[in-house]
Amino acid sequence: MMAVKLYVPCDTTALAMGADQVVAALSSEAAGLGTELEIVRNGSRGLFWLEPLVEIDTADGRMAYGPVEPEDVRSLVEAGLLEGGHPHPLAHPLAQGLTDAIPYLQKQQRLTFSRIGITDPLSLDDYQAHRGFRGLKKALALAPQAIVNEVKGSGLRGRGGAAFPTGIKWQTVLDEPQGQKYIVCNADEGDSGTFADRLVMECDPYMLIEGMTIAGLAVGASQGYVYLRSEYPVAHRLFKLALERAYAAGFLGANVARSGRHFDLEVRLAAGAYICGEETSLLDSLEGKRGMVRAKPPLPAIQGLFGKPTVVNNVLSLAAIPFILDQGGAAYAEYGMGRSRGTLALQLAGNVRRGGLIELAFGITLNELMESFGGGTFSGRPVRAVQVGGPLGAYLPASQWDTPIDYEAYAAFGGVVGHGGVVMFDDTVDMGEQARFAMEFCTVESCGKCTPCRIGAVRGVEVIDRIRAGENREANLELLTELCETMVDGSLCAMGGMTPFPVQSVMKHFPEDLQA
Amino acid sequence: MVMHMLQQNTQSGRASGKACFDEWTPASIQLEVDALKHIPGAMLPILHAIQDRFGYIPDAAVPIIAEALRQTRAEVHGVITFYHHFRSHPVGSNVLHVCRAEACQAMGGRQLESHIKASLGVDYHQTSRDNELTLEPVYCLGNCACAPSIRVGDDIHGRMTPAKFDRLVDRLTTSTLELK
Repeated sequence: MMAVKLYVPCDTTALAMGADQVVAALSSEAAGLGTELEIVRNGSRGLFWLEPLVEIDTADGRMAYGPVEPEDVRSLVEAGLLEGGHPHPLAHPLAQGLTDAIPYLQKQQRLTFSRIGITDPLSLDDYQAHRGFRGLKKALALAPQAIVNEVKGSGLRGRGGAAFPTGIKWQTVLDEPQGQKYIVCNADEGDSGTFADRLVMECDPYMLIEGMTIAGLAVGASQGYVYLRSEYPVAHRLFKLALERAYAAGFLGANVARSGRHFDLEVRLAAGAYICGEETSLLDSLEGKRGMVRAKPPLPAIQGLFGKPTVVNNVLSLAAIPFILDQGGAAYAEYGMGRSRGTLALQLAGNVRRGGLIELAFGITLNELMESFGGGTFSGRPVRAVQVGGPLGAYLPASQWDTPIDYEAYAAFGGVVGHGGVVMFDDTVDMGEQARFAMEFCTVESCGKCTPCRIGAVRGVEVIDRIRAGENREANLELLTELCETMVDGSLCAMGGMTPFPVQSVMKHFPEDLQA
Repeated sequence: MVMHMLQQNTQSGRASGKACFDEWTPASIQLEVDALKHIPGAMLPILHAIQDRFGYIPDAAVPIIAEALRQTRAEVHGVITFYHHFRSHPVGSNVLHVCRAEACQAMGGRQLESHIKASLGVDYHQTSRDNELTLEPVYCLGNCACAPSIRVGDDIHGRMTPAKFDRLVDRLTTSTLELK
């Protein structure tokens, strides 16, 4: 009899929800029954409310059960999970039907995340069976300028938050004289409410390796670094294993895919400083220094890591590259709206019933996202505020939930799309406390180089405390308004420059929460 | 097979959740430094290697690193103190990181935080009196769709509640006793 083949994800969220214990329970049930069991530790599909999501291979396709807790395994087995040939879905409350037909997944446009959850993240065979390395093979046959042109044609803009056109950045580095150049991947995904970078590294690591290798070919860089946050131990472990295997199979090193071209890649662990997500601090940190922001110019593209021309791109920007080279920049640019081309990885988090990764062309509204995907709040209470774009993003009130998510449309009302994190809060939230936290976070994470950020944040916490205590309320509100303006206008980087955004949004849209 | 390797790795990741650090000596610190000092930007890799092995970065490591990297002691000290991850003092048997960021706040993170501090009787950056747990804040573990989250060693735990936390601490401290 054929072994029963099951899939149990191995990403951080699945593990955090007990995936290893589920595997142990399944193995012990199978041993008790004398059933041969093959368990693939796949990546997560990003449907996090269903994790651990156990799938079984059937003649009709993969059938999903979730969220499976270790205690549910017995009843699933009793319903026939481990009986080869048993019809699926089983009569069981956790049955979700065919995984591919789950509406949350079916409604998405997965270009970058087309493989996650389907494949074993470390299997090179799986990767190549799902179009892996096709982009690299095309790039190897192209001149550097032709690769850069393809990326320009895709309209891809930096997915880390600043939304700078990726092709232009690559062009700048390509135009620098030949010599030592670097590709640096910013994997210091520090924004609360985001996990898309983590999913790439844990669930489809070869895609990032491929994207960075293509970047190296495009600009003439033979060395890449992934700067990964230390808060992601699972991503670190899996990505290091993927690097070893990519080297062993000849996709990295002195002779990339037997082309004679050279690209080395290394992962470096960060050390818990939010500011190192800012590209110039990141470079200082990689060089072994305190992660202090550099003044620009010079641009990193001209004087970056160790003073050499450097492409610094976010994980998601680099992860989009294999698709763009494989299927063409024009195919990517067909998605999206206005100047926001392609797809955006939205990450729905916080107080949400169905949180997870949602990859869609730009243009969906928050209302649609929160209702048709999120299914409302986890608590069942009404949504009161939504923070989009991480801790430096504004808190959006209901009146702004109908704006299509697009870089320009958000910028028009002072919002930021950022890295695509969407954190929902229900009506029990104290927005005064959230405003205070924005400033407090900046006191903890400011690099200290410029005064508006270093001192402004400390004063910001104090002034908000006075306002909330009812002390000289009007005068202190005016002071806070001016302080926010000073920080926005006078800070060296986005840390101090955007910390006021959540505060200003609370003052404007939730002033009642700043009463004593 | 891929899957078996992954499973083993996952499990070994779990086992390392329990801190098990070596005692440092100047010679053993020197070995860690020498193994890495030649790579470009060696400072952070060296500091990680020392902290991973000894649990913290002893003051005695500073002049050794400074000498190897041709920097001043002040520069090395400056790097160690800049990053939240690096510690200059020994920690308890387990390091517990509590996420303080927004997605966790939206799911009762602040109440969880208060419960944890009260039940352990410590504030952030402190170690419980029985030397079992060191409490640290963290700003996002990337498990934001299943918040609130905490990290013990290299294990992340999602949808944490005060009751689940108490059971987890019981398990952690009980297993330590068994080991002794």
